[in-house]
Amino acid sequence: MNGGDDVVVASEEPLQPLEWKFSQVFGERAAGEEVQEVDIISAIEFDKSGNHLATGDRGGRVVLFERTDSKDHGSRRDLESTDYSSSRHPEFRYKTEFQSHEPEFDYLKSLEIEEKINKIKWCQTANGSVFLLSTNDKTIKFWKVQEKKVKKISDMNIDPSKAIGNGSSSSNSNSSKPHLANGGSSDKSYNYPSNDFSFPPGGLPSLRLPSVVSHETSLLARCRRVYAHAHDYHINSISNNSDGETFISADDLRINLWNLEISNQSFNIVDVKPTNMEDLTEVITSAEFHPTHCNTLAYSSSKGSIRLIDLRQSALCDSHAKLFEEQEAPGSRSFFTEIIASISDIKFAKEGRYILSRDYMTLKLWDINMDSGPVSTFRVHEYLRPKLCDLYENDSIFDKFECCLSGDGSRVSTGSYSNLFRVFGCAPGSTEATTLEASKNPTRRQVPTPSRPSRSLGNSLTRVVRRAGAENTGVDANGNSFDFTTKLLHLAWHPSENSIACAAANSLYMYYA
Amino acid sequence: MSMADEPLYPIAVLIDELKNDDIQLRLNSIRKLSTIARALGEERTRKELIPFLTENNDDDDEVLLAMAAELGGFIPYVGGVEHASALLPPLEAFCSVEETCVRDKAVESLCRIGSHMRDTDLVEYFIPLVKRLAAGEWFTARVSACGLFHIAYPSAPEASKTELRSIYSQLCQDDMPMVRRSAATNLGKFAATVEYTHLKADIMSIFDDLTQDDQDSVRLLAVEGCAALGKLLEPQDCVAHILPVIVNFSQDKSWRVRYMVANQLYELCEAVGPEPTRAELVPAYVRLLRDNEAEVRIAAAGKVTKFCRILSSEHAIQNILPCVKELSSDSSQHVRSTLASVIMGMAPVLGKETTIEHLLPIFLSLLKDEFPDVRLNIISKLDQVNQVIGIDLLSQSLLPAIVELAEDRHWRVRLAIIEYIPLLASQLGVTFFDDKLGALCMQWLQDKVHAIREAAANNLKRLAEEFGPDWAMQHIIQKVLEMINNPHYLYRMTILRAISLLAPVVGPEVTCSNLLPAVVAASKDRVPNIKFNVAKVLQSIFPIVDQSVVEKTIRPCLVELSEDPDVDVRYFSSQALQAIDNVMMSS
Repeated sequence: MNGGDDVVVASEEPLQPLEWKFSQVFGERAAGEEVQEVDIISAIEFDKSGNHLATGDRGGRVVLFERTDSKDHGSRRDLESTDYSSSRHPEFRYKTEFQSHEPEFDYLKSLEIEEKINKIKWCQTANGSVFLLSTNDKTIKFWKVQEKKVKKISDMNIDPSKAIGNGSSSSNSNSSKPHLANGGSSDKSYNYPSNDFSFPPGGLPSLRLPSVVSHETSLLARCRRVYAHAHDYHINSISNNSDGETFISADDLRINLWNLEISNQSFNIVDVKPTNMEDLTEVITSAEFHPTHCNTLAYSSSKGSIRLIDLRQSALCDSHAKLFEEQEAPGSRSFFTEIIASISDIKFAKEGRYILSRDYMTLKLWDINMDSGPVSTFRVHEYLRPKLCDLYENDSIFDKFECCLSGDGSRVSTGSYSNLFRVFGCAPGSTEATTLEASKNPTRRQVPTPSRPSRSLGNSLTRVVRRAGAENTGVDANGNSFDFTTKLLHLAWHPSENSIACAAANSLYMYYA
Repeated sequence: MSMADEPLYPIAVLIDELKNDDIQLRLNSIRKLSTIARALGEERTRKELIPFLTENNDDDDEVLLAMAAELGGFIPYVGGVEHASALLPPLEAFCSVEETCVRDKAVESLCRIGSHMRDTDLVEYFIPLVKRLAAGEWFTARVSACGLFHIAYPSAPEASKTELRSIYSQLCQDDMPMVRRSAATNLGKFAATVEYTHLKADIMSIFDDLTQDDQDSVRLLAVEGCAALGKLLEPQDCVAHILPVIVNFSQDKSWRVRYMVANQLYELCEAVGPEPTRAELVPAYVRLLRDNEAEVRIAAAGKVTKFCRILSSEHAIQNILPCVKELSSDSSQHVRSTLASVIMGMAPVLGKETTIEHLLPIFLSLLKDEFPDVRLNIISKLDQVNQVIGIDLLSQSLLPAIVELAEDRHWRVRLAIIEYIPLLASQLGVTFFDDKLGALCMQWLQDKVHAIREAAANNLKRLAEEFGPDWAMQHIIQKVLEMINNPHYLYRMTILRAISLLAPVVGPEVTCSNLLPAVVAASKDRVPNIKFNVAKVLQSIFPIVDQSVVEKTIRPCLVELSEDPDVDVRYFSSQALQAIDNVMMSS
């Protein structure tokens, strides 16, 4: 609309809109290459430090990436050879991958359990190993990925080729040269005359300890614990507690609390299952612990409300401490109102004061101290509103888009169709609203015309900045028909830098600004 | 190598398998680590085996756990106490692995070794180890460090002691909640080694910090610290410093903290002494008994008897009894059930009159509770109340409760009540039992659930033991034998089972005259299962009857069965015959 004042607005703003640039892509699809169903990415998560990134896919695999630019060890030569400029941005490299879940069959319920990874959460790093939780619809697993020395064992007492009996001895071959490190010199070793089993005080010099030589290390992922059989419905979220020892898992009707070290019991803390399933009107869609308050957690529902619960109040938290929901404008009700109100994802901002929620058409930012309504509402793809009927017909209206916040909490992001994603400024006064495409040229679709969509009507003085529904069919007008099959559901913002990782089908795209 | 021929071979294999690819073989070797050490001798154990274990600390957790456990008792194998410090390096490494059980075991072993070490070695090796762990890069090392201070501290020189106290205080403020939790858990042990002046100053300030921690999980553990510290402090200090904390905790926002207080309150009362208990802790306890959260009330209700014991009966009646009355009609069945399991214990504390006046109505209302566990819990502790008020008062109400439980539709409830029948019988006496419960005991023999029938048969045996063979002859045997003609073979089998159990109790005479004919008659049953059970029963009862009876009745019967067309019947009867022959032979 009033595109002419772009510059003016920008100069008044505390934060300049970010210029997003392409950084990396993993698993890029060649032209015409068909995407395998199992390769489609279904979860993305940065760890707390931002040095690791994990993705999960529909085939039950978890792929880990590690940051190469910030750490010196190992990658120094790479850095020198690639001649980096001073303005470094997060760069990742493939670290390892492992098969987290396999397809299963629940014989009691005659139910197939997909291996698709629904969520990944990083846990506390220890001893240089990384730990993460991954879940499919039913089972949560705790993984440890460590660098393990490749063992080469030598200097055995008994020649492995001759060993019998007890001795299915190591299959590793003896090293060719004799090792004297353990002191038992080999020439004496088999002459010791002993028929007596009471050991002499000096011990038996002929016995040697095997020596282990290792030069290389390899990454090894091991499943440490399996938290199973606690969910009757599909798990939609898992979330670690700030106390470092517990986590929650949420399905459609219940939220369970686990101790990381105890896999055979969990406590049900929220149960919204009505006694009669016919009375069911609302399901849990997402749940997350507060980032610092160990007793607070939030969960969202299919009716568009967010409930904050306080674990201190009661063992079974059926009553919420706070409820956040927006009253719908009278008269605007339609058949789709309830469906599009369903919240698909919620995220706490870093300090825990704000909660970001995503429903089908909007992103909403809530202040946990203000339950009268959202602080800001960002319209993600308003041009789809007239097409809700089509979207309902092809089930797209039930797509579950995720959302994320920048580390400083000043920007939010979420995905849309045609592999597009949006970045909005949520700092007071910010009108930043960028549309990007998950491709090597993220700004390709942005048309720098005066009618650039999604500009606010001006600077609102109130903190409640409501983005005008200025989006029209601008992109459509460029001749791109919307493709509901290429949806960008999963994305994550780097915890400390302006870097976004997002999934377009089987490809992982990374952008920085 | 030719070692395979030598007697050393098993040990050589053991050593090689320390590095086998198969975890079971490695575990096996580790569990025989002391054998390996003896074979190597003390010096090489110190110089080779221990460094070898230290280096290979990236093994599976199970193996590390086994190593950590073995090393705890390894002092003799490295050359005694003067060389104990040689064992520290591998255990130090295990202290920072991320599997909690390995770390805990390593800390335990370090404490074991440390408690034997000479003071000079502790100063030279152990204290630096504790400091290194406490400054560890990963939280795992710092968590382990907390559990070692109580060993290191006593022998430390003055300057070191000050440092150790300040390090501990830092650990209590660590960024990671896991470290703070470990520090809170171990505070009591550490405090016990600290001099009283420092205890009052340093330790109490550490404790105050922990009691105000943001994390519920840390505050929970500080509750346990209350009892431990309270016992160390002189009574007036305890009242001044610990008591306010306990009272605060009992009103904490978090139900989990209050739950811990409810669980620990008895120990806390012991720590502060009787007078403050009456003044401060009784009101706190009453609040907990009336807490909003059922879990807290359950914990509090479970302690009601213990708590009453430290109060005078007057206080108990005045303060606790009203709460107990409320709890007996609590909305949570688990609260009522917990109360039912301990309430009987209050009777001796309150005395006969008060029990009859106040407790009896509560017993009776719990006995009529809709939730079977509550009723069962009351019945299970019946002997306690019997001692105080006698059974007469109770029996009128008891009977309907028992009958109802005996016919409960959940078989586990029926099973539970059967278990208590012998207890009830001994408390109620023969007459009452005959009138009211005898029929029930017979009825269970025809229960639909096998576990109940089995328990019923056992129950008859225990009753026969309780009331004697004459009574059994009069009241049980006849009724049991009548049931052997039940049209369903499974019920007939139950009767055979009952007969085999009763026979040893009632003695040879009754067995020969009443039981044996019934068994022999059953050998003509048309169902093979009955027939081979007859064989089994005969095998079990032939030792108690006279030899002539064996030859005249039992053997012919078994011989006939051993020619049965059914293979199982033939098998069990020949087994029985063989058993008889064996006994004959040996006598």
